[in-house]
Amino acid sequence: MKKNRLLAFSLGTIALLFGHSSFAMDCEELVLGAAISLTGKYATNGVHAQNGYEFAIQKIAENGGVKIGDKCYNFRVIYYDDESKGDRGATLAERLINQDGVQYMLGPYSSGLTKAIAPVTEKYQIPMVEAEGASRSLFTQGYRYLFAVLSTSEQYLASAITLAAEKAEETGKKPSDVRVAIAVENDPFSLDIRAGVLEDAAKFDMQVVVDEKLPRDLSDMSAILTKVKLVKPDVLVVSGHSKGAATAVRQIEEQNVKVPMIAITHCEAADVVGNFGAAANDILCSTQWAETLSYSDPIFGTAAEYEQEFKATYTEYAEKTVPYQTAQASAAVYVFKDAFERAGTLDKEAVRDAIAKTDLSTFYGQIRFSDAGNNIAKPMVLRQIQDGKYNVVAPSEFASHELNWPRG
Amino acid sequence: MDQILFNLSLLGEYPIVNLKIIIDGIMIGALFALAAYGLALVWGVMNVKNLAQGDFVIAGGYVSWWLAKYGVHPLLGVPVAFIVMWGVGWVVYKLVITRVVEKDLFTSLLATFGIAIMMAQILNLLFGSDTQSIKLDYDTLYFFDGFIDVPIAKLIGVLLAATLATCVIIFMKSSRMGQAIRATSQDARAARVLGIDTEKVYAFTFSLNSAICGAAGAIVVMVWVIQPFYGITHSIRAFVIVTAAGLGNLPGVIAAGLGIGALEQYGSHIFGIGYQQAIAVMLLLAVLLFRLVQQKRDRKSLQ
Repeated sequence: MKKNRLLAFSLGTIALLFGHSSFAMDCEELVLGAAISLTGKYATNGVHAQNGYEFAIQKIAENGGVKIGDKCYNFRVIYYDDESKGDRGATLAERLINQDGVQYMLGPYSSGLTKAIAPVTEKYQIPMVEAEGASRSLFTQGYRYLFAVLSTSEQYLASAITLAAEKAEETGKKPSDVRVAIAVENDPFSLDIRAGVLEDAAKFDMQVVVDEKLPRDLSDMSAILTKVKLVKPDVLVVSGHSKGAATAVRQIEEQNVKVPMIAITHCEAADVVGNFGAAANDILCSTQWAETLSYSDPIFGTAAEYEQEFKATYTEYAEKTVPYQTAQASAAVYVFKDAFERAGTLDKEAVRDAIAKTDLSTFYGQIRFSDAGNNIAKPMVLRQIQDGKYNVVAPSEFASHELNWPRG
Repeated sequence: MDQILFNLSLLGEYPIVNLKIIIDGIMIGALFALAAYGLALVWGVMNVKNLAQGDFVIAGGYVSWWLAKYGVHPLLGVPVAFIVMWGVGWVVYKLVITRVVEKDLFTSLLATFGIAIMMAQILNLLFGSDTQSIKLDYDTLYFFDGFIDVPIAKLIGVLLAATLATCVIIFMKSSRMGQAIRATSQDARAARVLGIDTEKVYAFTFSLNSAICGAAGAIVVMVWVIQPFYGITHSIRAFVIVTAAGLGNLPGVIAAGLGIGALEQYGSHIFGIGYQQAIAVMLLLAVLLFRLVQQKRDRKSLQ
C-alpha cells in the first residue's frame, strides 16, 4: 500500500515535471453538452463563449482535472450549432439529452436562447450552468436546474443612475433634479435594462424625460437624438446590442449631442474605440467583468493573469481585450468543477444541490446563487472610455480611475 | 398619448426641427431609394421579385469595408463595390436566376429567398457577425445654432447616390442596351422576335441591379453600420418603395424613397422611434388602398 502511494507520488511528480497535461491525460472523461451559436447573428459572441469553455476545460485539466472521490475526470463538451435560433436550440438540447445522454449542460449564448433551452433541461432535470443569459425573466420562472454566473440585466446600467445621483450631490444639486433619457432596443434583454434604470431613477425620484424603444432593424437614431438635444437630459442611457452602441456613438458625435453622462452597453462588441476613436471618449460602458479587477482564484489566477494566458492560447485575441463573454463562460465551467468535487459523486441531483450551495471566489468575481439561480454576489462594473482606454470608474471600491464628468 | 402631445409641442416650440427632420429623412431615403431603384429594374424587366436585394447591399458594404481595412479610401470603395457586385450578380444570375426568370411568382420568390439566406451566412463566415462601419474623417456642418447637422460624409453619400441614379437613368434612356432593356420589359417575346437577345438583357439587368446595390452598400457602410444579417431592413424598404411607386417608374421610385424617408422620420419623432418601420408599412397599405379605390373608379381592378 505504502509502496503504491510512493509510486503514485513519484509518477505524479514526474508528470508534473513533464507538464501538467500528461498527468491529466489519465483522467476519465466527463461529458457536458452545449448548444451554442456558431453561425447566425450571435456567432461572434457564441464563439467567444465556446473559447471560454474550452480554455477553462484546458486549465482545469492542467491543474489535475476534476477530482470526484478518488477518481479524476476531464471535461469534454459536445457542441451543437444552434444557428442563433431559439427553436433550433431547444431541439438540440433534446438531442443532447436523449441521444447523446448528456447529464449536465453549459448554457448557450444570449437570453433568448437560454429561455428556449431552459424548459427542456428543466423537463429532464438536467443541471445547466449558463454564463450568457442575463435576462431577469429567466429567474422568475421557478426553474430549479438553471444557474447563471453573471449579473442579471436590470443591473447593467442602473449603476449609471447611482453615479449620476452622486455627481448631482457633489455639485450641490438634488438627485431628484437629474433628468434621465432612455433609448433601448425592444427586446427582453434591453427592456430589463430599462426596467432597472427606471427602478433606480424612481428611487431617487428622478424625472424620465425621454423613454424610447429602438426597433430591432434600425440603424439610425437621429430622431431620438434630436429630441435629446431639445430636452437636454443629464443622463442618456442607450442599449441596443452592438448595432445600438455603434449607431449611438457615431450619431451622438455627428449631431453634436451634449449630455453630461452617457452610458451604453456592448461597447467592446461594437469596438466603438476602434471604429470611432475620439468620438467614444468619456462614454460609460457597462461590463460584467474587467481584467483590471482584483478578483482571483487558484485555477485561473487573477483576472489579469486569466487575460494574459487566454491571449497566449487564443492568439486571435492578441490585439483586443478579452471579452467578458469569454471570462464568464470559463467561470461557468469552474462552477461545475467545484460542484462536482463538493458533491463527490456523478449523481445529477447531488450535483444540482452542490451547485445551488456554491460560494466560490473566482477570477470573474464571487459566485453565490439565489434560490432563483442567478448570481447575487457579483456587482456590475462601469468603465469609462478615457483616451481610448477602458478604465473602471464604478462601483467605487473597484474603481481604478476618476470619472470624467461632465462629458463634452 | 401624453408622449405624443409632448413630441408635437416640441415641434411647435422649435420649428427649425421640422426642417431637420426633413433633411434627415431625405438623406436616409436617398440610400433606400437606390436599392429600390435596382429592385424596380429587375421586377419590371424580368418579373423577378428579388428578396436578396438587401443582402446585395450588405455585400457591397463589406467589399468597401474590406478594402478600407487595407488602406483603400472608402470613396474609392463605391466604384469597386459596383464592379465586384456586378460580377457577383452575374454569377448569381447564371447559377440561379436564369432558371427561374420565366417561371411563376413563387419559384422566383423561393429562389431569391434562398439566395438571401446563403449570402447572409457566407458573409457571416467570411467577416464574422460583428457590426462594422467606416468612419470618414470629415466634419459635420452645423446650421441654425447647431440644430441642423449635416455630416459631410452623409452629404457625400447622398451626392454619390444621386450621381449613380442619374447615370442609370441616362443609360436607360439613351444607350443601345438601355433601349433593349426597356423593350424587353415591355414585351419579352416581341423583343425576341425583333432580334433582341433577352437572355443577355436579363443577365445585364440583374448584374446592373446587383452593382447598384453594391454601390449603395458601400455608401451605407460610410454613414450607418452593416452586419451580415441586416439585409432584410433594406429589402423591406425596397419593396415598400417599389410597391408604392409602381413598376417602370424610376423617377417615381426616387421620389417615393425620399418621401418615405421623410415621413418615417416624422412618424418616429411623433409616435416614438419604435414605430418607424410600422410607419413604412402603414404607408404602403395606404398607397395600396388608395390605388385600389382609384382603379375601382376607373373599373380597372380585378374583382
